[in-house]
Amino acid sequence: MINWSVILGIAKTHLLTKMKSTATATLGVTFGIGAYITLVSFMTGLNAMLDDLVLNQTPHIHMYNEIRPSPTQPVALYDDFKEAFNVVHSIKPKQNQKKIHNALPILNYLKKQPNVKGATPQLRAQIFYLSGSIELGGNLIGVDIMEEVRLSNIQDNIVEGTPKALDTNDNGILLGAGLADKMSLSVGDRVQVSTVAGNIFPLKIVGIYQSGIAEIDNVQSFANLKTVQRILGEAENYVTDINIKLLHIDDAQPMARRLEKQFNTKAIDINEANAQFETGSDIRNLITYAVSITLLIVAGFGIYNILNMLIYEKMKDIAILKATGFSGKDVQLIFMSQAMIIGFIGGVLGLLIGFVLSKIIDQAPFETEALPTISTFPVNYNVAYYVIGITFALISTFVAGYLPSNRAKKIDPVEIIRGT
Amino acid sequence: MKLVLETKNINKHFHKPKDFHVLKDISFGVREGEFASIMGKSGSGKSTLLYVLSTMDTDYTGELYLGNQLITGKSHQELSRIRNKNIGFVFQFHYLLSEFSVLENVMLPAKKLGEKSTAAIERAAHQKLEMLHIDHLAQQRASRISGGEKQRVAIARALINDPTILMGDEPTGNLDSQNSENVFTIFKNLKEKQGLSLLVVTHDEDFAKRTDRIIEMEDGMIIKQ
Repeated sequence: MINWSVILGIAKTHLLTKMKSTATATLGVTFGIGAYITLVSFMTGLNAMLDDLVLNQTPHIHMYNEIRPSPTQPVALYDDFKEAFNVVHSIKPKQNQKKIHNALPILNYLKKQPNVKGATPQLRAQIFYLSGSIELGGNLIGVDIMEEVRLSNIQDNIVEGTPKALDTNDNGILLGAGLADKMSLSVGDRVQVSTVAGNIFPLKIVGIYQSGIAEIDNVQSFANLKTVQRILGEAENYVTDINIKLLHIDDAQPMARRLEKQFNTKAIDINEANAQFETGSDIRNLITYAVSITLLIVAGFGIYNILNMLIYEKMKDIAILKATGFSGKDVQLIFMSQAMIIGFIGGVLGLLIGFVLSKIIDQAPFETEALPTISTFPVNYNVAYYVIGITFALISTFVAGYLPSNRAKKIDPVEIIRGT
Repeated sequence: MKLVLETKNINKHFHKPKDFHVLKDISFGVREGEFASIMGKSGSGKSTLLYVLSTMDTDYTGELYLGNQLITGKSHQELSRIRNKNIGFVFQFHYLLSEFSVLENVMLPAKKLGEKSTAAIERAAHQKLEMLHIDHLAQQRASRISGGEKQRVAIARALINDPTILMGDEPTGNLDSQNSENVFTIFKNLKEKQGLSLLVVTHDEDFAKRTDRIIEMEDGMIIKQ
């Protein structure tokens, strides 16, 4: 039979009369949890932002025709050399067209798939931007801009002008921010582009595109698909890339493999394209957790120490409690509940402090050329971290309290009372 | 007359630092309403015997009965409960919980027993304190009262669950003669007015002589009772 009100009453009295130790132990937990929440919110916020920065540039599945050598060379078809070890020198890439064969039927097919959120055609063209006698090499990507807005975060990267303005202007261009800088151009100006074949077209700048990655911003611009087809002198079915956005990112890999077989093109899924990037995020998460857990373990040792000292001081009280009929388990529960109260109060305060610090970081200005859409530090307010924080506070204080309280349980009252 | 406490052939050894036969074949009983005292020189084993009787020390052979119920061999949990309900204990050093008020100290064993409501326990505690003429100290912190008062609070605490026997380990050993006299009078009154059984280990010959029976111990044996 456990009489909780008595046990908690004694625990409360112990905690209140030893206010300094209690406060120290509680603050230990508070700082541990607070630091964990702040760190994890900030780091994951930063991670998510960097992920977005790169991952949102890449569609879930990217279909295109790859220039590569044919995997089976003609000699393999020759029966006479079947058993021989064939060496082929000077292999050349297979003669192939850049455009995706049957692009429009493929697009229609993809749009009907239930797990596909959308599929957009793109036409990548090598061009030169002309500024007086200077030619700047670069890309012009023909897109269906309104579909891109729906499926990707391209809108965030249009720092001047609107996607709508591009959609309504047959000769419009969203110029890369780096290019605009180099050529001293701004919205409303005209820029001349020249195809590889030498045809020159004037385009009107309706917006500036800034992805935050300089290498892209210095070469890449967007125009309507039809505009680029016209510049290249190609038909309406001339599409070099298809970007697919899925409802579930996990479907990307199997679907990419299936599309490769079905349409005989190259299909790259998002994980393949960003493999090394994932590793970076994982390592950053690992560091966050390692630091947080260290902080909590230090807090745990603080509690262990303080409870140990408390039990040493309260040796006589423990003996007297046992002599007057409290069992070893009651005594253990008294000290365990002290640890748990410290853990709970410290943990909740830690969550609050963590939340407040995250808020402050969230308000802190963070402006950089590379990240046009961000003006303050990114913070991730995920409830899961708060649940993990309080759980860890309770677990660590439980462990830190268990060992000393177990010692209190085993104290022999006769030894203490007789002073031997 | 009915025995409230009885031992049969109790033997106990200390194993450290070397084997020492501290209690040898102790067999005796305390009758209902009897005020018995145990006397003996230091090292005669009288305190050791008291702690065996108090159920706190379980490392012995032989049999211990409390109100005809065999106590030997019960679990620690059960022993705690028996101690809580049936045995009141007064030590040489008062041993109050210093952070708690006098009233809370007295109430604690009854709260642990949990047979009465808090209000009823508080009434009973006040009653015990009044009986010992220290009710005015009820709200004081236990660390703020004098030695003699502390011992009376300890007696009130020992009595709170209306035990069948009150045990004392040199309850007057640390008190001046006036306070010793007070404690003796209280014990005497408890025996006479409430028919409580008492068993007190003491060095004080004057104290012992005025009890109903003296049990004299030497070298772990009862030599006279």
